[in-house]
Amino acid sequence: MSVVTNTTTIGAIDAPSRRNTELMLLGFAVVIPVFAYINVGLALDGKLPAGVFGYGIGLGLLAGVAHLAVRKFAKYADPLLLPLATLLNGLGLVMIWRLDQSPRLIQRAQKLFGGFSPDAPKQLMYSAIGIALFVGVLILLKDHRILQRYTYISMAAALILLILPVFFPAVNGAKIWISLGPFTIQPGEFAKIIIAIFFSGYLMVKRDALALASRRFMGLYLPRGRDLGPILMVWAMSILILVFETDLGTSLLFFGLFVIMLYVATERTSWIVFGLLMSAVGAVGVASFEPHVQQRVDFWLNPFAEKTWAQSEQIGQALMSFGSGGTLGTGLGQGDSDLIGFAANSDFILSTFGEEMGLAGMMAFLLVYGLIVERGVRTALAARDPFGKLLAIGLSGAFAIQVFVVAGGVMGLIPLTGMTMPFVAYGGSSVIANWALIGILIRISDTARRPAPAPAPSPDAEMTQVVRP
Amino acid sequence: MNKPLRRIAIFCGLLVLALLVRTNWLQYVQADDLNTNSKNRRVLIERYAAERGNIIVDGKPITGSVETNDTDFKFKRTYVNGPMWAPVTGYASQAFDANQIEKLEDGILTGNSDQLFFDRTMAMFTGDEKKGGNVVTTLSGAAQKAAYKGLGSKKGAVAAIDPKTGKILALASTPSYDPSTFAGYSGKDEKAWNALEKDKEKPKLNRALREVYPPGSTFKVVTAAAALEHGEIDDINAATDTPEPYILPNTRTPMINHANGCENASLMKALEVSCNSVFAKLGDKVGRDKMLETAQKFGFNNPEIDTPVRAAASVYNKTMDRSSNALSSIGQFDTATTPLQMAMVSAAIANDGKLMKPYMIDRLEAPNLEVIKRNEPQEMSRPLSPKNAQLLQQMMENVVESPSGTGGKAKIDGVKVGGKTGTAQHGENNSKRPYAWFISYAKTDSGSPVAVAVVVEDSSGTSRDDITGGGLAGPIARDVMQAVLDSKK
Repeated sequence: MSVVTNTTTIGAIDAPSRRNTELMLLGFAVVIPVFAYINVGLALDGKLPAGVFGYGIGLGLLAGVAHLAVRKFAKYADPLLLPLATLLNGLGLVMIWRLDQSPRLIQRAQKLFGGFSPDAPKQLMYSAIGIALFVGVLILLKDHRILQRYTYISMAAALILLILPVFFPAVNGAKIWISLGPFTIQPGEFAKIIIAIFFSGYLMVKRDALALASRRFMGLYLPRGRDLGPILMVWAMSILILVFETDLGTSLLFFGLFVIMLYVATERTSWIVFGLLMSAVGAVGVASFEPHVQQRVDFWLNPFAEKTWAQSEQIGQALMSFGSGGTLGTGLGQGDSDLIGFAANSDFILSTFGEEMGLAGMMAFLLVYGLIVERGVRTALAARDPFGKLLAIGLSGAFAIQVFVVAGGVMGLIPLTGMTMPFVAYGGSSVIANWALIGILIRISDTARRPAPAPAPSPDAEMTQVVRP
Repeated sequence: MNKPLRRIAIFCGLLVLALLVRTNWLQYVQADDLNTNSKNRRVLIERYAAERGNIIVDGKPITGSVETNDTDFKFKRTYVNGPMWAPVTGYASQAFDANQIEKLEDGILTGNSDQLFFDRTMAMFTGDEKKGGNVVTTLSGAAQKAAYKGLGSKKGAVAAIDPKTGKILALASTPSYDPSTFAGYSGKDEKAWNALEKDKEKPKLNRALREVYPPGSTFKVVTAAAALEHGEIDDINAATDTPEPYILPNTRTPMINHANGCENASLMKALEVSCNSVFAKLGDKVGRDKMLETAQKFGFNNPEIDTPVRAAASVYNKTMDRSSNALSSIGQFDTATTPLQMAMVSAAIANDGKLMKPYMIDRLEAPNLEVIKRNEPQEMSRPLSPKNAQLLQQMMENVVESPSGTGGKAKIDGVKVGGKTGTAQHGENNSKRPYAWFISYAKTDSGSPVAVAVVVEDSSGTSRDDITGGGLAGPIARDVMQAVLDSKK
């Protein structure tokens, strides 16, 4: 008989880190936008755009830095998240640059503000800041579980961030901005991450109490007030603040986030029923006293109505933009999506994609977003700790809802609410916050996919030797 | 926690799926609707993105394009002699859409038509600028000028047709407008447009095609045709059994004659001096249904006379009683016609009973002048036999030739001219100024080259008693016919 020397079943073989896969995908994620850039230039002026080398090198450099940071600090992270985000950010930059070239928008800006300044360079700067934050998250956040410690601090931070815009003047009808000198920040974008951290931390601790210590009421399990109270209060406050700031998209996002995380934490389907009921009550309630909301619904149902055309024109223009794109699109730089005018390169940038890349491009584009969400949910499934699971599903759920609300609004699927399409829309806060979101997801996925440490050598292995008689 | 996670994953998948379905719905199913939406500025931008093709008369363009510095519209439409040609071209405005030929043949003029697909593809390879094709009309510059000049400051319309082919030779309407005054979209253009919209004289109305008038006595040729066709009259010189005064059937209302010698007048005489009683009685004898049959063969009650600009339907009431039918037979009661319709009546008679479909686009040309589509003359119907048509010709020529005839002013030396005057009452109790009508044709040895209908709506400056079809409208018709005859030489 042979001698058994080791009884452990877990080997210490390294799981593939997939860093080279990521590098190759990143190559595509840089090359595709560069080609798109060249395409726009050729379509508009018939020659190679002057900035193409700077742009290519810039995007390549940013992607390279991000990749090196992942290679060094999150070796086992999901290989798809970074390339997908880079691709979206790169294409967004091209589209913003394309809209910068529109004589119609330049003329409009000169008429309204007496001058025009291109947005693409600013967006490139925001992207750089975003990637810096991404790298910062990877370096500073060695383990996502550290965030648990800041559960209540993040609650306070989120509330402060949400309340702050009230003290600043409304911009275009919504009080969602705070301005610091030359910079304006949309705190809602950051609040979405911070509130997900609070929900995860709180729910991880209270989930058993919420799920089990409950009273039955009309077939539903209602948890005790002291368990549900704090979270319900935070949630209600965020919604109220946002309603007062008329930031409908973000309030919808927070509501969805709340329901999803509560459901995942308690595993009780009754929360979904409860959530749907509350959202129905909330929607009807808000719609009945808020003329702003009624108007939005009106425009959604009748975007081309003669009576309201002056105000609903933008949504109508966006729809016609999609229609004009048709199956294959007009080609980059050759559409008329700039007819949308105001917010063409931020809230409505999806219309430019729709018009110039057509149905084919839109499907690919939406699937890229779908893939990011899918990788996020997969990270949640793979995560070994409940906090990681909750945070990952919260962040990817928020991302999915944001994409749905924005794209659905612009495409006339749901009433328009006014948020930004992650990564592609012009806007510093959005790009920076979403890069941080991807950073946290990558950190969780790194922890989740990291191979289990090799077992310590068994001390018994030597002691229990079979002695031959 | 994994079970709810999987469900959330499915939920997120459904969100993305909903977006995918929606984008398919928008960009595939609804794309055409959205692209043709009247609020879609792209249609306009596209319309003026390239140099627009031209509408051509006698080989020369009557439209043009100028380059602008606008961000939306690269070119702007211009018109040569705009007011004269407006009833033919219509307008193409950056702010107020387009109409008539400019709208109907937009595809050719912009170069976006599927028929030009090959040319576009070739231009893509050769690197040529995109250009629109041309619309070549059947109109005659000389006839149009004569018509427009003849109408002058009077309100009215002229339609002239080549009876052998149905080609429209002139289409004038006054007062008119200049489409170039609102071709752009500036404040000035808007002001011009609003002024036209508010103008009580309705200058934008195409009276030759789109306005219906009571035809008055000119309709008597239709009644005569019906009587001949349905065998009520064999000999046009035989006395008709018409009392003076003639009482309308089932009423006590006598038919008033403005002419003398209508008692028992022959058809020939009755047309010459325009006897109401003879034709009212004849119409009653033919009966409503047979009158209707003949009128419809001439084109009445047809809502789809497309030249390709659609003409308003002329009316011969289908359900009226006997006395109304008698009144209708002299062009009163509900009877209403477009000038084009009366030109068609005259043309069918001049063409020995064969009515050709009127059309004004001869051919469509690609930017390289290659013919894409050519319109061939089409027979529309045969309202009367050649023999009866010749009898009517005799009577209509008599109207012009005979010293006591009402159409003397249309006489042209060396050419046979047939005509019929009309003075149509309108307004409550005949309160408004009557319409002066004249329909005619000219005939040479090789058949008739032109048939004309002229209506003068309101002729300020003419005293009421002097308003007669022969006096006011006759000379205009003569000039138009003369212009066509001269251009044939």
